[in-house]
Amino acid sequence: MSTDTATFDRVADIIADTADIPREKITPESHAIDDLGIDSLAFLDIAFAVDKAFGIKLPLERWTQEVNEGKVPAEEYFVLKNLCARIDALVAEKAAKA
Amino acid sequence: MRLEYFEMIDQVVRLDRAAGQIECLALVPEASPVFEGHFPGHPLVPGVLLTETMAQASGYLVLAHLDFAQMPFLMAVDKARFRSFVGPGARLEITASLEHDGSGYAVTKAAIRHEGKALCDAELRFRTMPFPDGLDAPMRERAKKIGLLDGAAA
Repeated sequence: MSTDTATFDRVADIIADTADIPREKITPESHAIDDLGIDSLAFLDIAFAVDKAFGIKLPLERWTQEVNEGKVPAEEYFVLKNLCARIDALVAEKAAKA
Repeated sequence: MRLEYFEMIDQVVRLDRAAGQIECLALVPEASPVFEGHFPGHPLVPGVLLTETMAQASGYLVLAHLDFAQMPFLMAVDKARFRSFVGPGARLEITASLEHDGSGYAVTKAAIRHEGKALCDAELRFRTMPFPDGLDAPMRERAKKIGLLDGAAA
């Protein structure tokens, strides 16, 4: 998946600010849980900030269900370049509907 | 209010599901063991119970918004401010508004007023989850008792 650099920068800033993680530690290849140690509560804080910043609604419940059922590897949602690609897709989807 | 039982909301005065707003009333009891310790000879409703009161008003709002499909559990309290003191016998007016309906979580802003003055306010976040076994019916019963859906608009 391709990632908009501007999207990654905004998301990385949100994660750094919300989860108190040094910005330089956050890369497109970072896994939010395995590499950055973000727990579920902190991830919901990040999701709220992302929802607000991009005007979207991250489908966390569906993603969680898909990961728990083994249908999708967690990396697809929690590695930041993949997360950002999904944010871009949600933003595009919203723009198309508008 | 039954402070010892964490039943903080006495009555839902108004519920506007379309606008995501709720208004509730709560009467602080004249006597409670809580006041024996907080504070001896100078009874004040603890800030933590005012926070719980804002959380419960918000929780009922989220329950109504989700049509009881999921249960909200408090997970974060931000920007809480306690602007005045309140004690036994006070009539509290609680308002809450739904700020964001996320996937698996919800965000509200809530406030309590007393005698027309701001008492406290906060931004609250809730994780929304399937009802744990056995909790659905008691929550519906409690919501019915306080008239959650009686004054509902939309």
